[in-house]
Amino acid sequence: MNGWLQHLPILPVLLPLCAGALLLLSSETQRISRATIAICATVAQLAVALALLAMADGRMAAPWPGEVGVYALGNWAAPFGIVLVVDRLAAIMLALTSTLGLATLIYSLAHWKRAGIHFLPLFQLLLMGLNGAFLTGDLFNLFVFFEVLLAASYGLALHGSGAARVTAGMHYIAVNLVASLLFLIAAALIYGVTGTLNMAELAQRAAMLGAEDRILFNLGAMLLGIVFLVKAGAWPLNFWLPDAYGAAAPPVAGIFAILTKVGIYALLRFAVLLEDAGTPAPFGGEWLFYCGLATIATGTLGVLAAQKLDRLAGFLVIVSSGILLAAFGFSGTSLTGPALYYLVSSVLASGAFFLLIEMAERNRTAAADMLSITLEAFGLQDKHESEHPDEMAGVAIPAAMAFLGLAFFSCALLLTGLPPLSGFVGKFALLAAAFSAAPEASIQQAGMFATALLLSGLTGMIALSRLGIRVFWDTERPAPRLQWIEAGPVAALILLCSLLSLGTEPAMSYFNAAAQSLHDAPAYVGSVLPATPVKGAP
Amino acid sequence: MEIVFALAVGILAGSGIYLLLRPRTFQVIMGLSLLAYAVNLFIFAMGRLRMGAAPIIDPARGSDPAMYADPVPQALVLTAIVISFATTALFLVVLLASRGLNGTDHVDGREPDQE
Repeated sequence: MNGWLQHLPILPVLLPLCAGALLLLSSETQRISRATIAICATVAQLAVALALLAMADGRMAAPWPGEVGVYALGNWAAPFGIVLVVDRLAAIMLALTSTLGLATLIYSLAHWKRAGIHFLPLFQLLLMGLNGAFLTGDLFNLFVFFEVLLAASYGLALHGSGAARVTAGMHYIAVNLVASLLFLIAAALIYGVTGTLNMAELAQRAAMLGAEDRILFNLGAMLLGIVFLVKAGAWPLNFWLPDAYGAAAPPVAGIFAILTKVGIYALLRFAVLLEDAGTPAPFGGEWLFYCGLATIATGTLGVLAAQKLDRLAGFLVIVSSGILLAAFGFSGTSLTGPALYYLVSSVLASGAFFLLIEMAERNRTAAADMLSITLEAFGLQDKHESEHPDEMAGVAIPAAMAFLGLAFFSCALLLTGLPPLSGFVGKFALLAAAFSAAPEASIQQAGMFATALLLSGLTGMIALSRLGIRVFWDTERPAPRLQWIEAGPVAALILLCSLLSLGTEPAMSYFNAAAQSLHDAPAYVGSVLPATPVKGAP
Repeated sequence: MEIVFALAVGILAGSGIYLLLRPRTFQVIMGLSLLAYAVNLFIFAMGRLRMGAAPIIDPARGSDPAMYADPVPQALVLTAIVISFATTALFLVVLLASRGLNGTDHVDGREPDQE
């Protein structure tokens, strides 16, 4: 049993890869078997992620010693082979990915997967890229997993086609291709200077670089930081984001809610590992803090200016990215735990919100704001075609409008951070940590952070209530028809957020433990590298 | 050799960035391709430029690392070539689709003076 369990960390990569390949080979017409494969693979990923979550915390007997689990691919020892590393943070991100993935997948089965071909295989490959990026302990492997998830996301962003999607998708692809090239330059520079790609060994070697090499290394690290900031949607590199997310099909936008957090995760991971090397600029400190504040400001302005719910949701994603960046840039490490709590809550809420928007706006008859998008692309015709064989499961639920209103209200509370749901708990914990842990000098910093946080919440509330009134109190509109498999995932995501706020204490202690073990870079390095090499021998 | 190599990388990257900032999709894809070539050469150079050194250890010649080229950048550059090739092909399809749907090859999907 133990022999089998030690292979658990590779499963989040293998499962979606195999499922994706299987789905690619099977015919598009076998709808039920394809849906079954996709759901089984995603449920299995969720189970694996939950098991890893328990193991990383020591609640379940882990097959590895210590807190950080290391899986050496092909059993090659760390600096030479590629390793996967499981700690609490990676396990949290894995669980979040598969939870959101499962919800959006179930939602997409209603009719979205028919808006174009290869939706299900691309979706699995996206999950594979996400899981791999969270697990890997190798810089170049991180690049490869980024490419896997980006390649899948390019396909998904274009899913359903239409002029708006293709134009927005083209910008998205161009920006990310340039970012990938920068990633390559950064990885090559870092390898050229330190002679390693393993993240743990990199942390060691970066700390003992000479002055000449340090300039080149900092250049490489800076480029790497810029790449992660592009992915995270930080100002001024985020103008592609609202268009790409707003134009994407709803289940795609739902899973995209976690894509920006991959950049934030990578930024955080490298910031901690490179701390000994004097943390190059983009990874932390004042610089990142002000970058985060600027991101919050642009996101907030965008929220106020947005005329459509999908663009509004895109700007809300930017605001949450900005809050996280500012929190990680805040001096001291006490904000990391609350920031992780906020991250989980905001990803779940924005995922639910993206799914909800389409249901709420469904009965808009080709309104002016959709003129550029074809009817087919929005699946508007599908609601008249309930005789589709696989819509047997989709009985229209009663009181659809009441459900939508309630769900919208909960999402608004979550996204703007009003009590009693988890959005409030996350923001409150962030503010409390900022004020209590701040040394005397940075009380000003805490004040700025609090102002940005509260103002962004207020404007979010204004914009959401304004657009909510327009959508829900529109008397001329017939009530939309909803299916259980569309409403279910949204309800489940919101319910998860409520559970998160009910179980704040255990959740927060887990997140704080995750932050602690994350900031314990020597433990990470010690677990990954079997024997610490002699100092001064790079 | 270093100066020629550096000039080649610099010229490729410079032309690539110039083309990338142009408003037509064809220029953008050419820019991306040139930039990708520059990056691939750059990765290669990070293993240090060596003449006549194989990256594979020859048992007859012994295992002194000074006699061999660094194999890691060569492996990286292979991966990078494959990935940039595939994504460029994908971008080509998208720009053709954009041309077909919008009737223009401007990156914004419409001519700037139509607004």
